[in-house]
Amino acid sequence: MPLHIPRFASAAVAAVAVPVGLSIQAVGDWGGHRQSYPAAHPLAMTVSLLPGSIVYPMPGEFLKDGRPQRNPRLRQQFDKPLEIMTYQVSAADYADCVAAGGCQPPQEARAIPDDAPVTGVSYLDADAYARWYSEATGDHWRLPSDEEWAFAAAERFTGEFEGVEDDADNPARRWLTSYKAEVALNRRPDPLPRSRGSFGVNSRGLADLSGNVWEWTSTCYVRATLAADGVGVASSIDNCGVHVVEGFHRTYMSNFVSDGKSGGCAVGTPPDNLGFRLVRNQPGWAKRILGRLGII
Amino acid sequence: MLTRREALFGAAIGAAAVAAMPAFSATAAQAEIGKLARERIKLVAPPFVHQHDQVAKGGPKIVEFTMTIEEKPVVIDADGTTLNAMTYNGSVPGPLMVVHQDDYVELTLVNPDTNTLAHNIDFHAATGALGGGELTLVNPGEQVTLRFKATRTGTFVYHCAPGGSMIPWHVVSGMSGAIMVLPRDGLKDDEGKPVKYDSIFYIGENDFYIPRDEKGNFKSYETAGDGYDDVMKVMRGLIPTHVVFNGKAGSLTGDNAMKAKVGETVLIVHSQANRDTRPHLIGGHGDYVWEQGKFANAPAKDLETWFIRGGSAGAALYTFLQPGVYAYVNHNLIEAVELGATAHFMVEGEWNDDLMTQVEAPKPIVTN
Repeated sequence: MPLHIPRFASAAVAAVAVPVGLSIQAVGDWGGHRQSYPAAHPLAMTVSLLPGSIVYPMPGEFLKDGRPQRNPRLRQQFDKPLEIMTYQVSAADYADCVAAGGCQPPQEARAIPDDAPVTGVSYLDADAYARWYSEATGDHWRLPSDEEWAFAAAERFTGEFEGVEDDADNPARRWLTSYKAEVALNRRPDPLPRSRGSFGVNSRGLADLSGNVWEWTSTCYVRATLAADGVGVASSIDNCGVHVVEGFHRTYMSNFVSDGKSGGCAVGTPPDNLGFRLVRNQPGWAKRILGRLGII
Repeated sequence: MLTRREALFGAAIGAAAVAAMPAFSATAAQAEIGKLARERIKLVAPPFVHQHDQVAKGGPKIVEFTMTIEEKPVVIDADGTTLNAMTYNGSVPGPLMVVHQDDYVELTLVNPDTNTLAHNIDFHAATGALGGGELTLVNPGEQVTLRFKATRTGTFVYHCAPGGSMIPWHVVSGMSGAIMVLPRDGLKDDEGKPVKYDSIFYIGENDFYIPRDEKGNFKSYETAGDGYDDVMKVMRGLIPTHVVFNGKAGSLTGDNAMKAKVGETVLIVHSQANRDTRPHLIGGHGDYVWEQGKFANAPAKDLETWFIRGGSAGAALYTFLQPGVYAYVNHNLIEAVELGATAHFMVEGEWNDDLMTQVEAPKPIVTN
């Protein structure tokens, strides 16, 4: 039995973070090129989630008969284990990428702790970090998709402010109820990033979800026209210049925006900060074997 | 660092002016004024306005107000940036005062000894003595009472003007507000027909100049005086760091969004004591707009955006025709979105398809 299977099981059941040592041990098992990764920082701690499923509201804007609809709730199945960073990428982690020439400096001038999540980063920055980190560690790291984020966030996932009143004769009802729903949450701005762990751990062992740092996902903004059954998609247009951002609520940001406060629209609560965490792609069996044999 | 002595420098001049006018309180006119009815008004914090009649009942009267000056730190944006504010009655802007033409405004201005600076008030609605500024300079621990006749109708700015560089500094620290002098028979449209409002909101716009540290973060100071030198440097650059309504970015949104209903007529009084601005109601209009704020001039009709000159207050009357969330902005959109000058109206009511409808929802471009 391959080593990684019991690890997934124990991590998920115990709902705790995988310790650094175990994570590195597993990486060693898979092989890879880590020579360029700074020795000063241990590899990111990760949590491995067992396969499972969630029912969740899809991101994007949905129309039916030309009218906005509630986001369809779909069951999303995860057939493979999902390995995701326990913490958001920290300011110190990101600084390594900047020092190595792999990333642009973050748009962050405030004095924040080194172990606080990196903030002031755009989708483009997050993507560049994932590419550099993959190169530096020899593993394939990437941003989570929106459904992966929701799956990992579990009870910390909230989705977006959907207008609940559907009145064909009065589109304003939807706008007003959505605005009021956001107001009712009574969330005050909380601008300054804090040390990792400040927002606690969720039931799956991930830290700092839905605190004051929103996270980039790899999912593009989509506008879809639903089929007659209200679930299937009749047609859709992706806009990959805008990506889904998850956190205290779901929102959508242009790829180049690094300050959530200025990236929003005329009405609505903007994210306090923009950051990210990464998912490690599980190498396939062929790569694992080749890795063990020292071929790759 | 500002010393107490510098701050109080203007006091001697003010006192001299008062002393030079002994006859002022002993004329026949004084006796006549003494016979007038008095009304005492309790001011309320913006964007709300104290209860008032739109059409005056009875003859001119003496309308008594009291404003207490309060120096205090206030947070002006979501990042927690702090302004060492100077306030009339504790709010930025100061409250809107409403009287009718030929009423006498009698203001008692209190400067408690918990404050550190000398203050006064210059009413653009008043005649003489630098708008009353010369007669109202009070040191911490003093109070003064000024009376002026509201001879001209309109919306007018009032602000602190304690002399020299103190004038712009006090104003951009929050010390301004507005007074509305209504015609005795109320507002009229361009044809002289009476118009009324169901509700009134007062939006005072402020430009703030907060110094930054070497990293670009906003600095804070223990007292207003501690920040004086740094603030003056930013002020002289003429580029504000914040342009906000009601003293703080986002202070008229969310929970504090202004509320109205379809069919209701709203009067929006907008003042800016220091700098030009251009209000615009996104998705709405100004049905009748007194751009310069003076009701003796016929209102302009159907405006998209109106211009409020720095140092003036204007008024716009609008009847909401569609429900929804409206943004009311300074239509320099950089100032609206990046610097803070955005407010919201939540308007309930029935949608009018005739005015607007989405004929076809967004869909992929049709190719033949």
